[in-house]
Amino acid sequence: MKTHRLMALCAGSLLIVAFTAPVFAGDLSPTPPNAPVISPDGSLYREFGGHDGLVRIMDDLFVNINADSRIAPFFEPKTIPHIKAMLVEQVCEITGGGCTYSGRDMAKVHGQLGIKQADFFALVEDLQKAMTANHVSMQAQDRLLAALAPQSRVIIYKPGTPDPITPPPATPAQ
Amino acid sequence: MLNRKWIAAVCVGALAAGAAGATRAQSLFGSGKLLLTGGVSQVEGSAGGGLTPWAVIGGYGSSDQIGGNVFATSLVTQDYSLHATGALVGFYDRVELSYARQTFDLRNVSTALGLGYGYRINVNTFGAKVRLIGNAVLDQDEWWPEVSVGAQMKTNDHAALVEALGARSGKGTDYYVSATKLYLAQSLLLNVTLRETRANQFGILGFGGRSDADHAEVEGSAAYLLTRQIAVGAEYRQKPDDLAVAHEGSASDLFVAYAVTKNVSVTLASVDLGNIVTRKQSGFYASLQAGF
Repeated sequence: MKTHRLMALCAGSLLIVAFTAPVFAGDLSPTPPNAPVISPDGSLYREFGGHDGLVRIMDDLFVNINADSRIAPFFEPKTIPHIKAMLVEQVCEITGGGCTYSGRDMAKVHGQLGIKQADFFALVEDLQKAMTANHVSMQAQDRLLAALAPQSRVIIYKPGTPDPITPPPATPAQ
Repeated sequence: MLNRKWIAAVCVGALAAGAAGATRAQSLFGSGKLLLTGGVSQVEGSAGGGLTPWAVIGGYGSSDQIGGNVFATSLVTQDYSLHATGALVGFYDRVELSYARQTFDLRNVSTALGLGYGYRINVNTFGAKVRLIGNAVLDQDEWWPEVSVGAQMKTNDHAALVEALGARSGKGTDYYVSATKLYLAQSLLLNVTLRETRANQFGILGFGGRSDADHAEVEGSAAYLLTRQIAVGAEYRQKPDDLAVAHEGSASDLFVAYAVTKNVSVTLASVDLGNIVTRKQSGFYASLQAGF
């Protein structure tokens, strides 16, 4: 009896903590730097078809994104060629292709866009479709996704940060 | 009664809060999670494998969404069969509430117990699970798993019968903690569940027996992602052996889960339930799940 009451109390207080600390889990990890190089010998880069393969995958990724009403609105059409080039560079670096990512910090690029967890997963799905269409094996896809997953911490919008999509009302100057 | 009203109140409250907070991008019920990452419904109604609950919150709702599903499961062994149906709702990848009703047709086992053939016992299970830390899918660079705690409140509708067989009660609550880790680069999911229970045969034969104490039982699952849509795996679940009349052994299974879409999945398993009253029971399990 006593044990049950104690466990019920624990569960109850944990429930309260869970509802009042929605970012608890997300704040456990420090912000990661760029994703690690997971295939230093470049074998994974070759599985992705090298430079040309990555270009084709990112082209297909944006065909998928443009048709995906969940996340298409996040992308300004005139910035897409640049984003594709940066994605090719980043994946080339991660898969051991010898590139160096020259784009901006991921947190600065994404942190204020109001991206939700569901939006992040939607892009993952569009990327999976693009990789599958270009004959990348599921294992190779998952190795890349495993390396990219931690970036969700800086890509997904954290409550408490101002959201520029719906900016707060202007306050009168003092 | 109190449980149902509480659950309804939490549901309405959470829905109201969620509806107020849902912004553009994706709808509240938009099934944001990746395929298979909500698990399937285990026999007692919680999200997990077929036999054991996992830390993952059920349904495809991501952290700003609500998801849910319904399931129907049939399990047939040499001497008895089990049919379970139920539903769960997952709130914001944080809280899961579930209900399941298991109907056990004791068939030959009831003859062995002196009850005549084909006696049916029903168990109603209300489940609650709270995710404490971690995200099995996204925390690929961290050592910690996704960890949840949960409870399964069970009521057997034949309390007098199971007490006559040696159980102390027709009601009981299991408490558990689950830790789930997805090693995405290896396509491998591992889960360990530690459960405190006094349920005999999941609750079919009541709660408690020779001892009046809860027992700590260990459960484990391993699943390998063969394709985006198919996972194969194995599970193991210890059970307390507390009824003098009905020696009870551990259960295990080998399963295949096929997510046809995010809305429909099928799980088939070959099951070994250990000794149930008379002899070792093994057979097959089929489960259909629909949801979002």
